[in-house]
Amino acid sequence: MHSDSLLLHAFIYLLAAVVAVPLAKRFGLGSVLGYLLAGVLIGPHLLGLVGERAGDVMQFAEFGVVMMLFLVGLELRPALLWQMRGQLIGLGGLQVFGTAAAIALIGWAAGFGLRLPLAAGLILAMSSTAIVLQSLQERGQLKSPPGQAAFAVLLFQDISVIPIFALLPLLAMSDSGVGNLVASAEAPVRAGWLQATIVIGAVIGVILAGRYIVNPLFRAIAKTGMRELFTAAALLLVVAVSLVMELVGLSAALGTFLAGVVLANSEYRHELESDIEPFKGLLLGLFFITVGAGIDFGLLRAHPGLIAQLVLALLAVKFLVLLLLSRLFRLATPDGFLFSFALAQGGEFAFVLLAFAVDHRVLTTAQASPLTASVALSMAVSPMLFVINEKFVQPRFARAPKAPGEPDKIDAASQDNPVIIAGFGRFGHIVGRLLHANGIGTTVLDLDVDQVAIIRRLGIKVFYGDATRLDLLHAAGAARAKLIVIAIDDEAKAVALAELVQKNFPNLKIFARASGRVHAYEFQKRGIMNFYRETVDTSLEVGVDVMRSLGMRAHQAHRAAQLFKAHDERAVRDLAQYWEDDDAYFKHARQHIEAFERMFVSDAEGKPADADRGWDPMPPNDTSRG
Amino acid sequence: MVQLTSWRVSARVLILFAHPALQKSRANVRLLAAARDLEGVTLHDLYEEYPTFQIDVAREQALLLKHEVVVLQHPFFWYSCPALLKEWLDLVLEHGFAYGPGGTKLAGKSLLSAVTTGGPEEAYSHTGHNHFTLRELLAPFEQTARLCGMNWLPPFAIHGTHRSQSSEFETHAADYRRILGALTAGKISPSTLDTLPRLNANLGALGL
Repeated sequence: MHSDSLLLHAFIYLLAAVVAVPLAKRFGLGSVLGYLLAGVLIGPHLLGLVGERAGDVMQFAEFGVVMMLFLVGLELRPALLWQMRGQLIGLGGLQVFGTAAAIALIGWAAGFGLRLPLAAGLILAMSSTAIVLQSLQERGQLKSPPGQAAFAVLLFQDISVIPIFALLPLLAMSDSGVGNLVASAEAPVRAGWLQATIVIGAVIGVILAGRYIVNPLFRAIAKTGMRELFTAAALLLVVAVSLVMELVGLSAALGTFLAGVVLANSEYRHELESDIEPFKGLLLGLFFITVGAGIDFGLLRAHPGLIAQLVLALLAVKFLVLLLLSRLFRLATPDGFLFSFALAQGGEFAFVLLAFAVDHRVLTTAQASPLTASVALSMAVSPMLFVINEKFVQPRFARAPKAPGEPDKIDAASQDNPVIIAGFGRFGHIVGRLLHANGIGTTVLDLDVDQVAIIRRLGIKVFYGDATRLDLLHAAGAARAKLIVIAIDDEAKAVALAELVQKNFPNLKIFARASGRVHAYEFQKRGIMNFYRETVDTSLEVGVDVMRSLGMRAHQAHRAAQLFKAHDERAVRDLAQYWEDDDAYFKHARQHIEAFERMFVSDAEGKPADADRGWDPMPPNDTSRG
Repeated sequence: MVQLTSWRVSARVLILFAHPALQKSRANVRLLAAARDLEGVTLHDLYEEYPTFQIDVAREQALLLKHEVVVLQHPFFWYSCPALLKEWLDLVLEHGFAYGPGGTKLAGKSLLSAVTTGGPEEAYSHTGHNHFTLRELLAPFEQTARLCGMNWLPPFAIHGTHRSQSSEFETHAADYRRILGALTAGKISPSTLDTLPRLNANLGALGL
């Protein structure tokens, strides 16, 4: 049922995605596996719904990877990238060369000589940027320590594709290509220094354009007020950068990544993100489908044993090298496993490189085909590796399975601070800054990696770690501190922390942030009376400003709010005892509300109000005072 | 009679007004209305500006420097001023600004107390209910002015606000407006005033 109708093709791809992806997600397999399965399903070997055009579609879909890297770049300010340089070069470099060397060694030992295994090693060292980033992002792990490490490795791989293109011809069986430092399959042959100059010039051009041309351009376009024009301009930007990069022989993905980094500080960053995001999502999905459709089941049927061995060997070698590196670079053990499982598959660059290697007679078609099939299969199983890691490996590291990474070491000076603040988000950081400004030493713990990074950039000392862990509380000096401010978002965790403190550090006074009444009752039930409902003061401030803008005197409005607050705090403390009993609770709550409103009613009628009688005029016949 | 509007402003007047519950006031609310749109008069409503008592000292001092006459207008609660005005005096009249070495920023300016009392004028005498005259009871303010090198003017006072009728308040308000106008025009000179028990006792004697 092959048809060249564009609409029919679009229909088949979209239908496959719409059916397969929600199903895959439903079973906890992630969207990538869903797309891959959709591809297998409609591919030539099962339903055969997509025919010869699959290759064209793949070329088109690869643009999704380019867009993904652009978006990743947008999230990564140049300063942040600079911070990553150690991991990028150290970890990335060792991964590529370590993996290549390991594969070469095995191949050499198996009697394939040196050239062939080395070429295969370099090619197979690549991992799939698309699958790894998508999977990590989907799980919210892209910014965790293992996510960052994986990203650094992927970035280095993307960069190293260029010299690998240049190196491969040197490994050719004949002498063709030697001496020609070819940067990419399509790039014209140039002398080394000229090529280098052109590449550097193009990179500088992208940076300068990002700095000085893009912003004014987007401002002009934004002025037209036409949303779709902005989207068109955003796409134009990505396409233009890709074209320039391919022209000079750099990978388009790398180029747009660079463009993204340059634009990370741009005022139009968020617009760019939201404009490109849907295209990226769709194209990337399409890309995964084509990978699924492209798996050569014919070869698989002919040599199932060989292919299976190749896939297993590929995954095992890459996994072991990665695990070794994660040790070397001091990733925590569970993080190291995530890192290694994530990057163990072959990558989409391998397809291009294998084709290139065949073209340059580094490999024969008979050698390359099984490798291509194994890479595709390794990509297909890699979403399952993520699932295996989550379901079977991570649970073995039982402690705080959600917490990414080891807690920071808390230095000795911080252990003598009188105050510990657990949670340094929008709530805790205000408390902390107030205390800090008044010279009160605080030890701050937060378990959000991003938040910790942000706060550190503000020049405030924060320790990354989960405050609900007893060992960490000890390390933070809980035994010597006077009090702890519990300001973490998670309500249940806040209560758990309070209990932990009560049990282990009875002398540590607790000041707890409560999200609302119910949360406050939880604290009261445990005898913690210093609780602070987080929105009370802000709501009252709004009330005060509303009354003022309607003409009430500022001081009167202020006192009314203070009166309300005092009354409400009393009510919360009184109502806590009825919380378990629904009827009694609402009966008493009503009574409190009525009592409070009566106070104002009597005032409005000119009768003496509770607190302000001293400011009343004297009764007409009484002159006893002033 | 001289038209107030034709007078040229030669002294700027700053009214520091303090009333914690203006919604209950009868006298001060009218005085305020009478003073509101006068040229050369700045009305500074302290309880409106600082409902939480968080006084901006630098801003208040800058305001003082821009004026030649300072009026403390308030109800005479318990023989003194409302709490916020006391806080204002405590914080704004700093050592080195208002008094002490180098504290000459207010020297030569004039200070006027404009107060309202519930009791009648007779109660403010040695034989009356309050045992002291109003001027005697205002001694802390007078001494404050002296320490700051300011000229102390006899107080503007409205007595018996508890029993006054609306029409009486209107008269007082008109007097207040006239006196404030005369102050801005430099028509009231401190040297001739010392004998007056209160500034608004006899407007004719002031040439108003």
